[in-house]
Amino acid sequence: MSVELDVFVGNTTIMDKEVYQLWLNGYTVNDAVKVRIEGGVMEECEASADVLLSDTMDQYRTFQMCERLLHHPAKLANQLLFQIPPDRQAMLIERYYAFDDLFVREVLGKKLSKGTKKDLDDVSAKTGVSLKSCRRQFDNFKRVFKVVEELKGPLVENIRQHFLLPDQLARDYAAIVFFANNRFETGKKKLLYLTFQDFAFCAGQLINHWTLGAVDSMMEDMDVDLDKEFLQDLKDLKILITDKDLLDQHKSLVCTALRGKTSVFNEMEANFKNLSRGLVNIAAKLINAKDVRDFFIDLVEKFIEPCRSDKWTSIDMNLFLTHYTNSAHILDTFKHHAVWTRYMGVIKSCILRMYHD
Amino acid sequence: MPGKLKAKIVAGRHLPVMDRASDLTDAFVEVKFGNTTYKTDVYPKSLNPQWNSEWFKFEVDDEDLQDEPLQITVLDHDTYSANDAIGKVYIDIDPLLCSEAATVISGWLPIYDTIHGIRGEINVLVKVDLFNDLNRFRQSSCGVKFFCTTSIPRCYRAIMVHGFVEELVVNEDPEYQWIDRIRTPRASNEARQRLIFLMSGELQRKIGLKVLEMGGNAVVGYLQCFDLEGESGLVVRAIGTACTLEKISTLPSTATHQSNSSPSKDMKEPVFGEEVPGIPLSSGPPTPLRAQTFSSFSPSKSYSRQSSSSDTELSLTPKTGMGSGGSAGKEAGPLKALLRQQTQSALEQREYPFFTLTSFPSGFLLHVGGVVSARSVKLLDRIHNPDEPETRDAWWEEIRQEIKSHAKALGCHAVVGYSESTSICEEVCILSASGTAAILSSRFMQDGPLDTEHRFEEVVPPGCGFCHIPYDELNIPFPAQLTYCYSCRRSKVPDVLFTTIDLPADANITGKGCLIQARLCRTKKKAQGEGNATAISNLLPFLEYELHTQLMNKLKLRGMNALFGLRIQISVGETMLLGLASATGVYLTALPGPGGIQIAGKTPSDITYEQHISNMQKKINDTIAKNKDLYEINPPEVVEEIIGSPIPEPRQRSRLFRSQSESSDEVSELDLSHGKKDAFVLEIDDTDAVEDIHALLTDSPTPQGFYSCNTEIMPGIQNWTSAIQMFTSVRVFRLNNANLTNQGLNKIFSDLCENLLKSLYFKLRSMVPCCLCHLNFTVAIPEDELIQVAVTAVAMSFDKEQILENGKQSGEKTLTKAITENDEQLQFNLELNPESSHANPLSSPKGLSEVGSHPSARAPSVDYSSFADRCSSWIEQLRLKAHTIRRGSVKTTSSMEKASPLPEGRSRSLRSNRSYSGTSVAVVKMTPLSFIPGAKIIKYLGIINMFFIRETTSLREEGGVSGFLHSFIAEVFAMVRAHVAALGGNAVVSYSMKECVFMENPNKNQAQCLINVSGDAVIFVRESELEAASVQPQSTTHTSNGGEGT
Repeated sequence: MSVELDVFVGNTTIMDKEVYQLWLNGYTVNDAVKVRIEGGVMEECEASADVLLSDTMDQYRTFQMCERLLHHPAKLANQLLFQIPPDRQAMLIERYYAFDDLFVREVLGKKLSKGTKKDLDDVSAKTGVSLKSCRRQFDNFKRVFKVVEELKGPLVENIRQHFLLPDQLARDYAAIVFFANNRFETGKKKLLYLTFQDFAFCAGQLINHWTLGAVDSMMEDMDVDLDKEFLQDLKDLKILITDKDLLDQHKSLVCTALRGKTSVFNEMEANFKNLSRGLVNIAAKLINAKDVRDFFIDLVEKFIEPCRSDKWTSIDMNLFLTHYTNSAHILDTFKHHAVWTRYMGVIKSCILRMYHD
Repeated sequence: MPGKLKAKIVAGRHLPVMDRASDLTDAFVEVKFGNTTYKTDVYPKSLNPQWNSEWFKFEVDDEDLQDEPLQITVLDHDTYSANDAIGKVYIDIDPLLCSEAATVISGWLPIYDTIHGIRGEINVLVKVDLFNDLNRFRQSSCGVKFFCTTSIPRCYRAIMVHGFVEELVVNEDPEYQWIDRIRTPRASNEARQRLIFLMSGELQRKIGLKVLEMGGNAVVGYLQCFDLEGESGLVVRAIGTACTLEKISTLPSTATHQSNSSPSKDMKEPVFGEEVPGIPLSSGPPTPLRAQTFSSFSPSKSYSRQSSSSDTELSLTPKTGMGSGGSAGKEAGPLKALLRQQTQSALEQREYPFFTLTSFPSGFLLHVGGVVSARSVKLLDRIHNPDEPETRDAWWEEIRQEIKSHAKALGCHAVVGYSESTSICEEVCILSASGTAAILSSRFMQDGPLDTEHRFEEVVPPGCGFCHIPYDELNIPFPAQLTYCYSCRRSKVPDVLFTTIDLPADANITGKGCLIQARLCRTKKKAQGEGNATAISNLLPFLEYELHTQLMNKLKLRGMNALFGLRIQISVGETMLLGLASATGVYLTALPGPGGIQIAGKTPSDITYEQHISNMQKKINDTIAKNKDLYEINPPEVVEEIIGSPIPEPRQRSRLFRSQSESSDEVSELDLSHGKKDAFVLEIDDTDAVEDIHALLTDSPTPQGFYSCNTEIMPGIQNWTSAIQMFTSVRVFRLNNANLTNQGLNKIFSDLCENLLKSLYFKLRSMVPCCLCHLNFTVAIPEDELIQVAVTAVAMSFDKEQILENGKQSGEKTLTKAITENDEQLQFNLELNPESSHANPLSSPKGLSEVGSHPSARAPSVDYSSFADRCSSWIEQLRLKAHTIRRGSVKTTSSMEKASPLPEGRSRSLRSNRSYSGTSVAVVKMTPLSFIPGAKIIKYLGIINMFFIRETTSLREEGGVSGFLHSFIAEVFAMVRAHVAALGGNAVVSYSMKECVFMENPNKNQAQCLINVSGDAVIFVRESELEAASVQPQSTTHTSNGGEGT
């Protein structure tokens, strides 16, 4: 004796947030039922395990039927099959496109290819995120990437409009797309201490200031690629380290400004030339795609690590970078003020974000 | 050439990819009506084609307009091979033919394919220009309005209720034609869908003609059914109640506006005002149809192998409910007023004094006798001549005659809440009809006594009058215990009352109602032909008797004394019969309180046995007490003997402890009335009885915060919020164990229903406090060893605390509206506080009962009971308030919504979505009820009657049987909503799923399902919206109709 068929269809589609989350997390129906039983929903509603099983199956089926619509969230709003109130639709989309920071940290900057997808079981084992969920998240990244790759205009706005995501989530996706497109290295051991949010912040900075869209939003090109012209101009900054006079002047200006204001003054004074060389060299090399990939590892190796070994505080760091940036403008023979500001603005905020005390 | 149909194909969207190479589609559209077909251009390489076609015009007879649907086929153009069909849309243009309904069909409609389901949407515009028809000999009946709603539609007034109309048409089922062997499943399905569309169009037209003949202009309570008789054909039949309705114009401007805008105004039928009672349409010549349907039936010609006259003698047709006893009291009581006989004779002149309505304009329903029902078992045979469906007509005529005579036996001249149904298994067909015998006022009858205004009408006290017996008490057609009405004390009432109608709006009740179900399974031997039919007809009386016993027991267990909306469904399979009786139990204040249930053992010698019995007795008593508490049944205890009834009834005393076994000896006579005992005695004489009692107690109570009923309104709850959720749930259960006893089957079946209910409660838990209204169960035996149960209902939230809250605030306006009760009660409510209870004995329920029992309260006022109800619910509110902090937020939002003068987003969506060129989909509400809480229906757009077939040959890939059916039901909902929206509506009321035939063949990975749904498309406006904006509702209508959804 068995229930052969069991369906429930409401005029307004009923969706339980909790079950949706379990489905997204890749639980099987039976596991989901167990979790729900432990959650105490049974006592609350005088239900039995059978009822719970039937409900869970039904909801899973609904979600599966909705899934193909969720791949094109705009369709969810004008499809006729399910009558879902707008706030529910927003919830469905937001949760479907939500991701685990742990997971995204693993694939950030990797090519969103079939090869990467094959390795997802390793990622799943490592992060504890179920394989099903990993696949969903990966496919989401890929889908968003494919769609916005072709589009003109601001990246975040495109994502928000095409996938109807809330602002923060759209920004995160922009970061993921941006990283995947530029293939930034994020998996090196030295970078492991950085969270996804750190990278997302940096990506935001890069998108807002270093891409073509940052200069002219009407530009034909999109904001997934860095502004080539700007990268070219960055080479001119080399003068700051190649010209001995400039370097000394720069150092003395910074030292004068900082004297007595920081506890790590001596270390700073001793290390100034190395640090400055590090930052300027990063700038000069960015024209090469390979060096773009190493941007973050370079920042850590050339700047953050030396400072950390000297026990700089964030305040020290902030002070130094502020004066380091500003002093360059006072140098007589330094002409590349615009490029310098554009470069250092991003570098400063990235370093400050990446520098964990 | 009385009509011009115009159609324009605007665009398509979400089309499927038909060309794998390009991932695109080259779509074009064929528009077909009758034999004329037009084509659009091919819109190459797009999934969102913009055809923007010219207007395709069809000049056709209005007869065709009524019969034929507009058929739109979307195809993919293929240069080298045949064009592939993407899918079809059938548009019923009937709503456009009535001046008061929709004026245009415009919007996105799903493109449907019977194999693939919905495949994108198409945007169309359809209009009809009707010319004045001067031809008297016409066959069409354009302009007659149809309503599924079984009451007078909300924005109309009944001027006349003409009576019963029925019609049936038959045809061969395309699925069983020889050609089906060589054509594709798709072609076969489409042929079937189209045929049924045509047949229901024809049926509707023919019914319309009858209505016109009777002088009416509308059919209310229109019920159309299909009988898929397999080899022997396809029957589409319909019944309804012909009425003359008049639109209540809320605004004077409405009328003028209407007449300006509608080109088909002239089609309107002559209106029968009250001043001119009945201008008979005698000038209209009788059509050939009429002769056919009203032909006297000749059983000898019947194709049923089992002679139909003997059917009746085999008592296949026991009268359930209060009806019984056959020969006694055929004549109406001589004590009844002369006038009633006049009305009666007027009614008797009619073929069938039947009414499909379940609720009535006030003053129409005078007395209710009880349920009358008739069943008959027939053997199906091929319908030889589809144009002369005499056999089927004769079958139904036979049954209707029987119903009529049952009603007569109950001293009634009419049958209300009338419905008909069939159950078919192979070649056996059970025809059933049931209704409630009643006496109606002649006020709305055309052929009633003439001096309508000044004649002496029977004075019937509102609230209890309908309970008063219509039959003569000295000549009771069946044994029943009569007492004087507990409300007015002037007339006699029975001890229990079973009806198929809704609880009258003004009825006095105590406490709340609840769903009561009796479920029964009976095994039957496999048999063929006549033997099978005989076996079934022999089983039927037992089935009915047991269902009735179960209902009675369950009713008493809940401490109630009346059933409303009783619906008994008997379903036949190869090896079993299923019986499911659903009704809403209620405590009618006018009727005596039910006695308890007593258990008597057969062998009192055994001590343990006695203990067992007393345990069981205790359990039952506890349950009754608990239920009384749950449903707030605390009637004023009027002790009849103290007051003293004018007519002493000594005989009832002596019968007090007549045992169950005695009455079960009378099975052959089918005495279904158990009404002779104060305490109902259940005798345990065998294990079956023990099981029965256990089964009685296994009905689990509804979880807290839930109520359920199968009627339109839940007795005892009024303050609905606007939150409604209509749903359909289907379960199929496989009995793997072939050798099951009746008891075992009963348990399985009962559990199946109970578990289904439990699942529903769980699903809808977020709507608490809420009531599942119009719970409509349909059972079927699709195959051997399979039981299918389908439920359609609506969950409606209500506001427990609202009364109290509003009382505190001065928002009395909302209050008066929310609970439609009179002012005195409101004041009581406001005055209620613990202090005053000392001073006023009336304020406490306890004090109330004391007063009630006092001799001085000879004629207890109507208010007492409902007042007690008030008190208790007030106390409950206090209790609730204490522990529902969690619910607080929900409550405030809902009250905010009420308070805000601006319409809320959702309700406004109709207008806004249409004007903002359809970026999102307009919300369409669906409900099986005839109303939408908190809203006013301002326009009926026409009837929705859709039939779909879905088939799959990749069952596993579609998620198995559940996945398949789940998406199909969702698709049906979507199509209903889309068609309603295209008519300019925002809701479907009186929605029902009349057929859900599911067949599977998992081994072949195949499944097929047929669904038939119907309802009334309407435009509603939130009451808050009506008040706030002084905008005329008509303008709303206009915007929504005029706006072209793109």
